[in-house]
Amino acid sequence: MSNTDIIIHDQKDNVGVVVIEKITPNQDCNCWIMENDKSVSIQSKDEIPLGHKIAMVDLNEGDTILKYGHDIGKVVKNIKKGEHVHVHNVKTKKW
Amino acid sequence: MEIPKSFLGYKRENGRAGTRNHVIILPVDDISNACAEAVANNIKGTIALPHSYGRLQFGADLELHFRTMIGTGKNPNVAAVIVIGIEPKWTKRIVDAIATTGKPVEGFSIEGVGDIDTIAKVSKKAQEFSMWSSEKQREECPMSDLWISVKCGESDTTSGLASNPTVGNLMDKLEPLGVHLCFGETSELTGAETVCEKRGKTPEAQAKFKKTWNDYNDFILREATDDLSESQPTAGNIAGGLTTIEEKAFGNFQKIGGCKFIDVLEPAEEPTKGAGLYFMDTSSAAAECVTLQAAGGFNIHLFPTGQGNIIGNPIEPVIKLTANPLTAKTMSEHIDVDVSKILSREMNLSQAGDELIKSTLRVANGRLTCAEALGHKEFVMTKLYRSA
Repeated sequence: MSNTDIIIHDQKDNVGVVVIEKITPNQDCNCWIMENDKSVSIQSKDEIPLGHKIAMVDLNEGDTILKYGHDIGKVVKNIKKGEHVHVHNVKTKKW
Repeated sequence: MEIPKSFLGYKRENGRAGTRNHVIILPVDDISNACAEAVANNIKGTIALPHSYGRLQFGADLELHFRTMIGTGKNPNVAAVIVIGIEPKWTKRIVDAIATTGKPVEGFSIEGVGDIDTIAKVSKKAQEFSMWSSEKQREECPMSDLWISVKCGESDTTSGLASNPTVGNLMDKLEPLGVHLCFGETSELTGAETVCEKRGKTPEAQAKFKKTWNDYNDFILREATDDLSESQPTAGNIAGGLTTIEEKAFGNFQKIGGCKFIDVLEPAEEPTKGAGLYFMDTSSAAAECVTLQAAGGFNIHLFPTGQGNIIGNPIEPVIKLTANPLTAKTMSEHIDVDVSKILSREMNLSQAGDELIKSTLRVANGRLTCAEALGHKEFVMTKLYRSA
């Protein structure tokens, strides 16, 4: 088994979580989808630290972020596949 | 793994069992703290539980104060109790309620006597209680005597990925053994509230949860000056990669595994519907939440953390686990169970759950938690509104 760099909770999710100390730009990353035990790969665009999220697909302003297969917020600035997803481009729908 | 059928606990007069054998000196109010602390300093084997409130409270806030005081005294981890208040009336109310457990309890009031004579009088009684409790022996108790509460803190995405699901795995394995279980954190279920509501075992439990969460949310919408983005998620959560309250909530929610809750408890309320999972309406601030759960009668606590929360409680041992490999390394003195190997896929969830069960039993049998060894004993009363 190759090392896992990113874990995705649910196959519906459009973000994954970095589980190594950090990934660097243009790194080819191995992703493991917990729900169905499948593997996919992605090339990163940004440096992303442990625990932070990466976009698995291109996301546009207004799109919904899915994690655990559930709605966890909205995109407030376009995000390209492989970019860092966090408070600078995603916001809660609650407040 | 074959799950053990018993642990070594202290059997109490009312049939419950404790994982600890504390003698507590409980001040009714803020101004009795000095006296309580002086007594605990005089008499070895006792512990004072100072706090900030207990004067001029009224209504639901006062009732919560009493419920927390009484529940703390009744907790089976407590062998005997001294209650000290400025006035006799409120002191007596607490003493009488704790006495229903059959454990030794005695109340003292300071007014008309002064600190020095009170300290002398109380110290004699505290010495008697301490020496009496020191002869108590651990005995074999069924697993169903474990009342396990859970709460996570300084969460990050590793909490939702691994440490919270590890707690969920433990719940799934221990629930069939008749263990009482409790989760709380009303605010941190925001975003997952409709999914959580459906985990109520009965329509009544679901309706009660919905009302509890709606009441909380109405309060937030009324009081929040802008939004909760500065508090929920916290700066620590954000540093750890959590972006929104919804993301935090779905991570938080992993702690209950596949269990369904049978009832919704008021803060510090003791469960009465038998074994199984309960939801308690609590703040998500760690020390407040654990203090309320301990007052509800829970005798051992599991606390998953991501970025490294360091909380402990004076009467309920708090076992910490983390899946964040950096936290496990940089804050190792605070971490009882390291499940970071889940992230590198060297350990699966079921193996992690088994490890946590083993550690929980070692602590139930008497092993000190990291927080106990480091002297963490945060006792924090929840206050609903300002005093009169």
